[in-house]
Parts: sequence; C-alpha cells; structure tokens
Amino acid sequence: MSTRMNIILLLAAALIVAAPLLLSLPGDYEGADDMAQAAIEETGYEPWFEPLWSPPSDEVESMFFALQAAGGAGLLGFVLGRVTARRGRKPDER
Amino acid sequence: MHIMEGFLPVEHAVAWSLVSAPFVVAGARRLKRQLTDNPQARLTLGAVGAFAFVLSALKLPSVAGSSSHPTGVGLGAMAFGPQAMTVIGTIVLVFQALLLAHGGITTLGANVFSMAIVGPWLAWGTFMLGRRLGLGLAPAVFAGAFAANMGTYLVTSAQLALAFPEAEGGVTAAFAKFAGIFAVTQVPLAVAEALLTVVVIGALAARGLLNFRVEAKA
Repeated sequence: MSTRMNIILLLAAALIVAAPLLLSLPGDYEGADDMAQAAIEETGYEPWFEPLWSPPSDEVESMFFALQAAGGAGLLGFVLGRVTARRGRKPDER
Repeated sequence: MHIMEGFLPVEHAVAWSLVSAPFVVAGARRLKRQLTDNPQARLTLGAVGAFAFVLSALKLPSVAGSSSHPTGVGLGAMAFGPQAMTVIGTIVLVFQALLLAHGGITTLGANVFSMAIVGPWLAWGTFMLGRRLGLGLAPAVFAGAFAANMGTYLVTSAQLALAFPEAEGGVTAAFAKFAGIFAVTQVPLAVAEALLTVVVIGALAARGLLNFRVEAKA
C-alpha cells in the first residue's frame, strides 16, 4: 500500500470520527454501554452484583483508560520500530 | 458492548461463562503452541494485542449523537488467528472490569463471547471468504474488521434481548431496542476501525509480520 493511500485512509477514518463534532450534530454523546444499562434499569431490573472496585472519580477512570491506550500505543510503536530498525541495518536479509 | 457488572440475571451470567470458558482455554493452549513453534510470532502478537488495547480504550463520538468504542480484535484475528485474540480480548476485558468498573466479572463470560470469540471468528471468516472470492487484501481486511466490530455489538444486543425480553413483542422487540442503541452508534465507528485496520495490516505486511503470505494471493 502506498504512503499516499495510507494517508487518505487515515484521514477518512479521522474525518468519520470528527464529523459529528465538526458539524455540531445534535445529541448528548452518551456512551452506548451506559444507554443500554439505562434501558435495562427501565425494565425494573436490579443488578445483583456490584463492581469489586470502582475508580473513585471520573478523573481516575480516565487515567486508566489513558494508561490502557498509551501502553498499547507504546508497544505497537516499539514492535514496528524494532522490526524496521533490524531490517534497516541488514538490508540484505530482505 | 460491555454489559455492566450484575446486569445479567444469574442464570444468563453462568450460562455465558460456561459457553465462553472452553474457547478461552483452547485459545490459550493454541497461543502457547504458536509461540513455541515460532518465537518470531511474539512480535506480531505484541503488535496486534497492543492494537486491541488502544482501540478498546478509545470512546469515539458517532454521527448518531452517541459514543461508543471499537474493539480492535479484528486485526489480530486476521494477522495472527482468531483463537489468540480470544485470549487477548479476555485480558482486555478483565483489565477493564477490575480497574475501570467497565464491564464486570459476572458478565465477563457474555462480554468475552461477543468481543473475544464472535468478533475474531467473524473477522477471520469474513476475511478468508473475501480472499477466496477474489477480493484484494485491503477490501478483504476492511470487510473482516467491519464484520467483527458490528458482529460484536449485535451479539451484545442479542444477549441483552434474551435476558430482558419486552412484555410486548418478546425477544424480537427487545433485540430491536438494544440493537437500536448499539448498532446505529456503531456503523460509522466500524467503518473508521476498518480503515485503520487496513493501514495497520499494510504496515505489518511490509515488515513481514503477518502469519500468511500476502504475495501469494494479492
């Protein structure tokens, strides 16, 4: 795949995600998981088990989400970079 | 696709755990064998596992006016194999259940089934079918990633519909309700994930990190 094609695909993906914000589409952008939870609660269902531990605040919760993403991104970059570097040093191996 | 802690009746929670457990055990065995046979595969596994961690942490806005997250398991299923992704997906779900109170231990079986079993197998099946029908690598990868993402959320909708049928219209009406919440939000996000997956597969292929030969059929 050419670099140009990659850039086009990544831009398209970014645009799809950014579109609702750029266009200020209506909606409160609540999480679908939470909406489903609310729909279940409407049926009168009572959950029978509580999470063993919950982040004490939204800030702490977002820290864990950020850690998850950062760790993943770091490892992905490490692997791609490592393989690229190895090939770069020994081009005859290709 | 996360069913929250305690939000499945006990019988459903137990049943889904029993359904999913053998897949996780079989996946772990297969993964161990793959890594022993081919130590190089560790790099590929690291890359696709990392991708699943990143994507499942990203909650993205959708044109439907709600937000949801991709799962990222499609890439690994196609690049490495669906069984390995059952293990990776389960690790992600346990992490989120314990540290984020997102999902849960009682609903782990159901969530593993949708995200870590059906998602990867759908990705792999759609991808293989596409290739057999003569699709190029990029379109087949796109179709596989899209199918995994949408399939996961449709399975969650079905699981909730079975547990919470409507008084009028039963399971079918409940499925329409939950799919209305999940699927509509998910369509644009599935397209975005699929586009990103195509780019990353290309990056892995260029570095010889795929477990199948792209040149053979491309």
